[in-house]
Amino acid sequence: MATKASRSAARLMMAPAVVLLLGWMLVPLIMTLIFSFKKYLPLRGGDLGWVGFDNYVRFVTSSAFWPAVQATLMIVGGVLAITVIFGVLLAMLLDQPMWGQGVVRILVIAPFFVMPTVSALVWKNMFMDPVNGVFAHLWKAFGAEPIQWLTQASLPSIIIIVAWQWLPFATLILLTAIQSLDGEQLEAAEMDGAPPLKRFWYIVLPHLGRAITVVVLIQTIFLLGIFAEIFVTTQGSFGTKTLTYLIFQRVLESQNVGLGSAGGVYAIILANIVAIFLMRIVGKNLDA
Amino acid sequence: MGRITLDQVTKSFGSVQVIPPLDLTIEDGEFTVFVGPSGCGKSTLLRLIAGLEDISSGQIRIDKQDATHVPPAKRGLAMVFQSYALYPHMSVRKNIAFPLKMAQMDQAEIDRRVNGAAEVLNLTDYLDRRPGQLSGGQRQRVAIGRAIVREPAAFLFDEPLSNLDAALRVGMRLEISELHKRLKTTMIYVTHDQVEAMTMADRIVVLQAGVIEQVGSPLELYREPRNLFVAGFIGSPRMNFIEGPEAAKYDAHTIGIRPEHIAVAEGDGAWSGVVGVAEHLGSDTFFHIHETGLAETITVRADGEVGFNHGDRITLSPRTDMIHRFDASGLRIA
Repeated sequence: MATKASRSAARLMMAPAVVLLLGWMLVPLIMTLIFSFKKYLPLRGGDLGWVGFDNYVRFVTSSAFWPAVQATLMIVGGVLAITVIFGVLLAMLLDQPMWGQGVVRILVIAPFFVMPTVSALVWKNMFMDPVNGVFAHLWKAFGAEPIQWLTQASLPSIIIIVAWQWLPFATLILLTAIQSLDGEQLEAAEMDGAPPLKRFWYIVLPHLGRAITVVVLIQTIFLLGIFAEIFVTTQGSFGTKTLTYLIFQRVLESQNVGLGSAGGVYAIILANIVAIFLMRIVGKNLDA
Repeated sequence: MGRITLDQVTKSFGSVQVIPPLDLTIEDGEFTVFVGPSGCGKSTLLRLIAGLEDISSGQIRIDKQDATHVPPAKRGLAMVFQSYALYPHMSVRKNIAFPLKMAQMDQAEIDRRVNGAAEVLNLTDYLDRRPGQLSGGQRQRVAIGRAIVREPAAFLFDEPLSNLDAALRVGMRLEISELHKRLKTTMIYVTHDQVEAMTMADRIVVLQAGVIEQVGSPLELYREPRNLFVAGFIGSPRMNFIEGPEAAKYDAHTIGIRPEHIAVAEGDGAWSGVVGVAEHLGSDTFFHIHETGLAETITVRADGEVGFNHGDRITLSPRTDMIHRFDASGLRIA
């Protein structure tokens, strides 16, 4: 890519992809921005003109807004905690030499290949069903009253389902990080008199710091937008209405495109705030 | 305070025995170097002493105490690794303090010892840096500092200088020797570099395939190598080996003569040959002599001012009192 000719050829070759990406991202973004300043009710009169910041004010002052923010943060936080903690433990387990290592690793990664809708349905009907679910049978086997997971413990249920899906991702990233740890460092710590738990705390965990940040960053971006798991299980009831789901309801169930678009813009801002924080953390880690 | 005894120690990985039964005593305060070609088991032997590998049979005693099943941290030994194995996320100070912190020593004592070690190793200005910000030689010193502060019964060095450039290696070699003179603690040092072994050791242990070929002071090994392997391994350039009728004249299967014990001249001499490559080091010149009829090449070490060129026909005069004789099985004939 050194000569003038090869550079312009490269630009020409990249142009279609750049144009496509720009169109793909900019058109919806601009349309969302435009709609958010309009009163637009497709089934009740269509485009009713500009309303300024009316939609933004209504979205935030609606009684559903703060519970939705809370639910979103609870789900993101819960899933992150579970995937990081169990991801580290699983990664250390898989790092040990054992029989059938290859097969076990593939099995661990498997949940990541299941579509969100399918996995949520499987969990809902096969595990968490209060009559026929595996958990119900388990509870009954111990003589306990089965929990109606999706109604009595709806938020934890969704956290469990989503965490199950994302655990393989975290495990995979952390496993590669653990494998890159210099064995001599652990041996040096052993000679220095550090018992296994302290070796984990002082050597392994700091080594994993960067990988954990990457896991948290990528997962947060995806988790802020989870939708299918809620749609096929609780439909946003029982306190599981996230910001994404609230926007969906405003646009499709209330047929209020303007209000939903304003919510969408809030979601963009929120995601960017999170991204800025995370980028700073990653940046700090990369410097060290 | 640091006498280490190995008694019939063996080590097997699966069905492969890398260390056949081996006896060795390392005296208190001695600087012992394990030397041998790569894969000879010298690092394994060091790791057995450190406790990082379990021995398959036999006994290890440290100061008369059976240490065979004592975990590494409790053996009172400190190790310096080839990769230094510094903890990258800790400052130099925390790295050096780590073993003391693990021993739950109080902070004042930790500070005193860390500062003491930093002073000895010229690290005082770097205490708050991370290992990543240090040069190779400084990292090496931090690793040594981390070993010193524990005040161990013995230091174990696993090829500590092999990651340094040549000039730095010579400097660190002196520093480690200096340290040994000052601390008077037992040190075991593993290297594949016979120059390091010769210059640093009180006693050298030459290993091949897990077997001790010879143990002795550097000069003992140089003067009286017990077999062909030791004779070829110790000394640089390598000893010349001559077989056949010339060896038979000395009642031996093989005779060995070091390059520095052969004189080159133009006049009369015992052997003759043609100069091949001449390596000029300034102080010395190494001539590789061909067509001698004795061996493929004979290496000769001459004074730096001796000026033969490629293709010159010259004669060689070995110092007959410096000829080493070996029998058919490679053992030295006294």
